[in-house]
Amino acid sequence: MSKRIDVKDLNVYYTNFLAVEDVNIEIEAKSVTAFIGPSGCGKSTFLRTLNRMHEVIPGGRVEGEVLLDGDNLYESGVDPVTVRSQIGMVFQRPNPFPTMSIKDNVLAGVKLNNKKISRSDADALVEKSLRGANLWNEVKDRLDKPGSGLSGGQQQRLCIARTIAVKPQVILMDEPCSALDPISTLAIEDLINELKNEFTVVIVTHNMQQAARVSDKTAFFNIAGTGKPGKLIEYAETATIFSNPGVKATEDYVSGRFG
Amino acid sequence: MNTLTTNKLPKNPRQQPGRPPVARKRNALSKGHLPRWALPGIAVGSLILGAAGSTLGGFSVVTFAIYTAIIFVVASSTITTLVEGARRGKNALATHLVYAAFLLALIPLASVLYTVLEKGLPGINTHFLFHSMNGITGATDNASVEDGTPVLGGAYHAVIGTLLITLWSSLISVPVGMLTAIYLVEYGKNGPLARGITFFVDVMTGIPSIVAGLFATALFAVLMGPTARMGIVAAVALSVLMIPTVVRSTEEMLKIVPNELREAAYALGVRKWRTIAKVVIPTAISGIASGVTLAIARVIGETAPILVTAGLANNINVNVFGNWMATLPTFIYYQILTPTSPTNVDPSIQRAWAAALLLIVMVMVLNLGARLIASLFAPKKGR
Ligand SMILES: Nc1ncnc2c1ncn2[C@@H]1O[C@H](COP(=O)(O)OP(=O)(O)OP(=O)(O)O)[C@@H](O)[C@H]1O
Ligand SMILES: [Mg+2]
Repeated sequence: MSKRIDVKDLNVYYTNFLAVEDVNIEIEAKSVTAFIGPSGCGKSTFLRTLNRMHEVIPGGRVEGEVLLDGDNLYESGVDPVTVRSQIGMVFQRPNPFPTMSIKDNVLAGVKLNNKKISRSDADALVEKSLRGANLWNEVKDRLDKPGSGLSGGQQQRLCIARTIAVKPQVILMDEPCSALDPISTLAIEDLINELKNEFTVVIVTHNMQQAARVSDKTAFFNIAGTGKPGKLIEYAETATIFSNPGVKATEDYVSGRFG
Repeated sequence: MNTLTTNKLPKNPRQQPGRPPVARKRNALSKGHLPRWALPGIAVGSLILGAAGSTLGGFSVVTFAIYTAIIFVVASSTITTLVEGARRGKNALATHLVYAAFLLALIPLASVLYTVLEKGLPGINTHFLFHSMNGITGATDNASVEDGTPVLGGAYHAVIGTLLITLWSSLISVPVGMLTAIYLVEYGKNGPLARGITFFVDVMTGIPSIVAGLFATALFAVLMGPTARMGIVAAVALSVLMIPTVVRSTEEMLKIVPNELREAAYALGVRKWRTIAKVVIPTAISGIASGVTLAIARVIGETAPILVTAGLANNINVNVFGNWMATLPTFIYYQILTPTSPTNVDPSIQRAWAAALLLIVMVMVLNLGARLIASLFAPKKGR
């Protein structure tokens, strides 16, 4: 139930602005990979190319290959909708659907696609996904209440539940904890550790400790200056990146001596 | 102002019972404070002065209201300035000016409602509501005036006509308008086509209603011969007026749906059109519903385009695809302009006011309906 991702010579553009240049990276199945780097270096941009969300932005385009278990996402004839149903995404700000109840939010991937699902299957899926997102005990008595009535941390876990309910191969997370308190953050970090058993997880974070705590491998992105493209500087085991990085810039960044 | 800060403080209302009132030092942060009865007192004073002032030049309600308002605004802000300081004085002035503007805006509304109720209510009865003008002639009106019997003839046919024509024009313009707005916001990407559409929608907004009526007449004259007058022609004329309003309001509502919701749906592997149909529109539906109602309310009272497209009828016609039709506005227009009995105009005038009342009630029901729809569909809040 999880696939690996290999990126080859990827350039990412906003219209004519080259935002990320020449990324090569291999992401193992059933692992957690963290992307770190200074603001504006293109982490979000690159992450969104992994499930073809980048092209949703007007002018967004990509050169190069992203292989999901060997299949190129960007080959002509590939439907981005299929790609996105295999590679889910959790956003920086929790964004539950305001018109839907908690339960419908979890079932959104099924219901919005008009897939038929029996009542008992739906209930089972809701419970399994909410348990998977560590949210079941908090919301089991109010599944029919609107999702926007939850706290920020609960909403974010609801969004994670919604993502795992469509059973993707890979889950991408863009700073999922940046709007959350330390306790909710810990809950989500624990959750990521569990998700790793079933999914391939890629997470963007500004929090070094978080990267160190949750990830197996870490990729450091950097940017030479404003207007220059972001680049992948170093990609290695998390322990190596934090204790014995191969590049000076990485060492400066992780030790806080950046800039 | 500092001479005034020594004004006596009102007794502390929150003083706890049982505790002896200590001689308390004046709070250095507070200024003088008007007692609670001050404003009502000033209001009563200005009422009296206003009444006195307006009797000087022959009493009239209008001068009375204007004098009272001016005296009250000036007096209250001056007194507040003197007692509480300049900032509070300005605040009082602005507040009372806003209230005055609000009341001023309310006067025409209240007066219209009052007049229509006063003149329309006597004409409202089941006979009026459920009978047409079929067979009502000048002789009938003359007879009812001379014998003092109730006025015969009603607006049933006009109510039916109004409902049918408005329904058909909504059936035409709501889908067209909403789809246009969806194209503009979700697909157009501000390209040349989208900009062209926006431009022409803006132009359409300014079309005078009689021109829309002539357009529809001309269109059907080409299609079906020069004498084509029927409900659907009127509905087409009204849609020309409705479509720009529907497009504009739907567009605004779709634009404020946050992009994050669209992206959330895409990231779940939902197709774009399903995202629009099931996430974007439901999120915006309450605003769209009130926009559509406003558009309907705008056209339901149109007279000129109806006259040139649907003609006028005295009998009930439920077929918008054949024969002439009456609506409430054209009914009113004809009752006033060409009374059924030229010698006894009172029955016609009574029918006209009753029809006007019906029209207002219909618009109000429509507005309430829109609010209901809006609150039913509104994004749910709370736990
Ligand atoms: N919609 C857009 N249109 C044009 N340029 C954009 C757009 N979004 C981002 N960029 C540019 O692309 C570059 C990378 O932005 P990106 O959001 O990927 O950075 P990031 O590493 O995620 O930063 P942060 O850590 O602050 O989230 C920046 O120079 C940014 O200005
Ligand atoms: Mg980012």
